[in-house]
Amino acid sequence: MKSGSNLEKVLKSGQFAVTGELGPPKNADAEVIRTKARFLKGCVDAVNITDCQTAIVRMSSIASSVILMEEGLEPVTQMTCRDRNRIAIQSDLLGASALGMKNLLCLTGDHHKFGNHPNAVGVFDMDSVQLLQMVKNMRDDKVFQCGEELKGTEPKFFLGAAANPFADPFEFRALRLAKKVVAGAQFVQTQLVYNLEKFTAWMQAVRDLGVHEQCYIMAGVTPPKSIGMAKYMKNNVPGLDVPDEVIARLKGAKDAKKDVREEGINICVDIINQVKEIEGVAGVHIMAIEWESAVPEIAKRAGLLPRPSVS
Amino acid sequence: MNDVNQPDIVAFCCHYTAYACSQDLQNLPRLGFPENVRLEILPCSGRISITRLLKAFEQGADGVYVAGCWEDTCHNIRGSQIAKKRVDYVKDVLAQLNIKPERVEMYMISREPNRGFIEVAKEMTERIKRLGPSPLKGK
Amino acid sequence: MIVGERKPIQEIVGMLKGMKKILILGCGGCVSVCSAGGEKEVEILASILRIDRKKGGEPIETVEKTLTRQCDTEYLEGLKDEAGNYDAILSMACGVGVNYLADMYPKTPVLPALNTSFMGVSEEQGVWSERCAGCGDCVLDRTGGLCPIARCSKRLLNGPCGGSQNGKCEISPNVACVWQLIYDRLKGLNQLEKLKDIFPVKDWSSSLHGGPRKIVREDLKL
Repeated sequence: MKSGSNLEKVLKSGQFAVTGELGPPKNADAEVIRTKARFLKGCVDAVNITDCQTAIVRMSSIASSVILMEEGLEPVTQMTCRDRNRIAIQSDLLGASALGMKNLLCLTGDHHKFGNHPNAVGVFDMDSVQLLQMVKNMRDDKVFQCGEELKGTEPKFFLGAAANPFADPFEFRALRLAKKVVAGAQFVQTQLVYNLEKFTAWMQAVRDLGVHEQCYIMAGVTPPKSIGMAKYMKNNVPGLDVPDEVIARLKGAKDAKKDVREEGINICVDIINQVKEIEGVAGVHIMAIEWESAVPEIAKRAGLLPRPSVS
Repeated sequence: MNDVNQPDIVAFCCHYTAYACSQDLQNLPRLGFPENVRLEILPCSGRISITRLLKAFEQGADGVYVAGCWEDTCHNIRGSQIAKKRVDYVKDVLAQLNIKPERVEMYMISREPNRGFIEVAKEMTERIKRLGPSPLKGK
Repeated sequence: MIVGERKPIQEIVGMLKGMKKILILGCGGCVSVCSAGGEKEVEILASILRIDRKKGGEPIETVEKTLTRQCDTEYLEGLKDEAGNYDAILSMACGVGVNYLADMYPKTPVLPALNTSFMGVSEEQGVWSERCAGCGDCVLDRTGGLCPIARCSKRLLNGPCGGSQNGKCEISPNVACVWQLIYDRLKGLNQLEKLKDIFPVKDWSSSLHGGPRKIVREDLKL
């Protein structure tokens, strides 16, 4: 056990794990975090706290993680390479660990071109693979990136990474995950899965490399809230693969005068049920961005409740 | 030529388009070519330079245009297309200087015997009359 | 070569406010090749500035010159008798030339007419693109000769990231994903195993992050 986090324990126990996601507010209101957290409580094993996702200034992931912990939930603190150099990242991680954070998701970060400060310097002192390696070395070898000894208490994180089975070149995707695992990733959360065929093929490649035995793979899912959102994800979000059938299903619901949101939840539950059956999938990461209230329903219908209590 | 009714216009014309109108350029006024348009004949409109266009304005022209062949009929294949790009460049410069970009124009006209050459000279004269004298005039 | 682009006219006009006599100084090096600051561009800019000033009723005297290069002591020295005659020297060289003029002529204001864009290639007439970021520690032996520092939007050394799709970078459909190119090239060269090793964190001290850079070669010094 590297960190003793709830998420690590659930995954180690062999139970199907569930993580949620919470985007901090674009202001200093702690109540926003608390409100969103209450929807997720009891439905997930841990909650990802994004680090200025899509490069938009939001409350810091570490500060938001503290508020989440006060609500009795466990954070998966996200850390990107976009806004901090190695000095700032290591410093923040010492602080995050001291504040009680036990899960860390290491990302390169969305390019700031899409954010609200497109004129900022993109730091990118390192990439996600190197970040994983650095934090692993801090934890396991008690050294800073520069090689200097880390005297005293080291940050003990359960280390996570992201993987996108739908980006190109497809043949390299499983290999890149393998690199992240060598670098230190113990669990991985994937990009949103809508194209099950491609996801299944990627998982096959992952199993061929034996990577599923070296890290826990959690499939990313989200309920499409509307036809517009599904189309937007299909056409405007790089690296996202939304098959036409998904849009057709939502349209079908609309035409039949049914609740589109309800159908979105159905789609999400169906995907969870299908990925559960794939060998090597250890859990799901439910990213109901700005629709946290849907998570309890999804978890319930997908038979993911109650969440285990592991010690 | 400070008379608003007689704008000072410089026309850079390709040899072929000019002669398509009349084999004898001395005949042009008789055929209705406006007197306020000063002709400068080029072997090909593609020979026009950005500097020459700008200098025409510097020297007080109210309007400047280039007349070249239809895109696909230029002897030098791309001559008139190159001229158009240079005219567009000068249009952009004028706009940045808060001078109406319409004061410079590229006309592509047929090399067959026709009156197009005279029509564009008249068109440009009317246009510049509407715009008034160059903002550089008298300064 | 170093690729540059003329600044917007109004920005240059603003720099020259109140000045009566300027030297517009071209450079016969890279910026001449990329049609941004050579002899021809000097002539054009001079004319543009005269038009603007004439229009405003405050004419400006422009002297036009183009040096073989502005990044060399020997060529810049040629201005020593006249540098004091101008209200400013408007350099059409890259930033290197502007700096060096400022270094050499402390009493003459020196102004940039160009934005120095990048080190790149001329793909075709009128199209230039970046190839090298001058990081001071070349990694091209490991990436099939294609630079992830200059050509990956996130400078990834262990790419491609999840935003690579159909050979394009997530930031724009007009930007190629260099990691896709690296992958394809190494595959073609039968060297894909090069991508299996983790590329370690880069030492940026040889880039600008280590402070201004300088090379001294004793073997060449006189």
